[in-house]
Amino acid sequence: MVMIIQTYGTMLIRALGQTLLLTLLSLVFAMVIGMIFGLMNVGHNRVLNCIGTVYVDAVRGVPLIVLAYFIYFGVPAGIQGIGFTNFRLNALQAGTIALSMNCGAYMAEIIRAGIQSVDRGQMEAGRSLGLSYGASMWLVVIPQAIRTMIPSIINQFIITLKDTSILSVIGFPELTNVGKTIMGNTFKNLQTWAIIGIMYMVVIITLSKVSKKIERRINRGR
Amino acid sequence: MADNKISVRNLKKSFGSLEVLKDISLDVSEGEVVVLLGPSGSGKSTLLRCLNQLETATSGHIIIEGQDVTDKHTDINKVRENIGMVFQHFNLFNHLTVLKNMTLAPVHLKTLSKAEAKEKAMKLLERVGLADKAEAYPSQLSGGQKQRVAIARALEMNPNILLFDEPTSALDPEMVGEVLAVMKELAREGMTMIVVTHEIGFAREVASRVIFMEGGYIVEEGTPDEVINHPREPRTIDFLSKVL
Repeated sequence: MVMIIQTYGTMLIRALGQTLLLTLLSLVFAMVIGMIFGLMNVGHNRVLNCIGTVYVDAVRGVPLIVLAYFIYFGVPAGIQGIGFTNFRLNALQAGTIALSMNCGAYMAEIIRAGIQSVDRGQMEAGRSLGLSYGASMWLVVIPQAIRTMIPSIINQFIITLKDTSILSVIGFPELTNVGKTIMGNTFKNLQTWAIIGIMYMVVIITLSKVSKKIERRINRGR
Repeated sequence: MADNKISVRNLKKSFGSLEVLKDISLDVSEGEVVVLLGPSGSGKSTLLRCLNQLETATSGHIIIEGQDVTDKHTDINKVRENIGMVFQHFNLFNHLTVLKNMTLAPVHLKTLSKAEAKEKAMKLLERVGLADKAEAYPSQLSGGQKQRVAIARALEMNPNILLFDEPTSALDPEMVGEVLAVMKELAREGMTMIVVTHEIGFAREVASRVIFMEGGYIVEEGTPDEVINHPREPRTIDFLSKVL
């Protein structure tokens, strides 16, 4: 174990950095995607409802590993097929897209549920004062919805962080992938995977501790 | 028609196959206090909510201060600035202080500057006896206090018309009086008001006109004395015998 840490320490740290980078990028995009599709689903426009539902159902209906393969191999092959022969996605790009789409679908559901948990009267009161739908949503409903959303969002963050390991299949040099490499060099299964597991655990436990604190602070405001 | 603050012509409203309002016509002139009475399900709240288009009319016309709000080209948000609404469940913005509840809309819509909005809000809060609650959150107020804040919030927009949707129905009995007192004062000052309520005493004392609705129709209307003390329609008599 000490040997592995001594030899592969910097590699492991760098891999952890890649994992966090991928997580962070995906979360940012997922928030945007989730906001867009979540809002589509709470409105009363049938076309937008339909688009929102199709997106969420489609992405949730596909395992992340299949989505990753589809975007890393399938999409470039398709685009090359229509003439753009130099088109490629690197593992970070494809990984970020796949993970953002996946996490975005769950985020959309969290945001939809959060908004719908706010009493309808809040929107009506906003509208009755002359505020537009958008202004009532943004100033009145969403600030209240966020409170109920926060635990689920944090939970989704943690799931996404762990899901980055799935992207080892497309060769992205994140923690799990580097684990495989170390395993291949050392044949020390137990030690290698114990170290990788602990690294994930430390990050995730730290994150959930921090988020608990944030949650408590937000709830204290009210 | 220009004299009328509100003109409703042949208004119908259906929810799916359920027709809640069947051909309602109604005029309200400036300074009138119209009380809508009727059993639950008679359509009085729906009628009220159609006036500011929280419910869209299925057919018919509603003209508010000369503007047809059933017309898609009317800027309904602009019209709503002039029609305050007070809800049964107060609907105060729970994440904002009393003061912010009141100043949110006028500041966002730029009808008042931040300083003006605050000054006006403080005056209104004083008027409803809650100046000391400006920095409180809704969850820290009693029901009666919440409803008084809700009225003040509606007044902050300087409306010409106020709609009340069962404003005292969700209140503990001992808090009804404080809310009715504020409403009476508004009526005295000449505010045009339409009130859905079960408070017969309020109707008798304050209303300039009482309308009894049932089954989506206006069954009877007239002065409080006519409708409450000397009702002619059997359905009105039946209803009043149950609530009085």
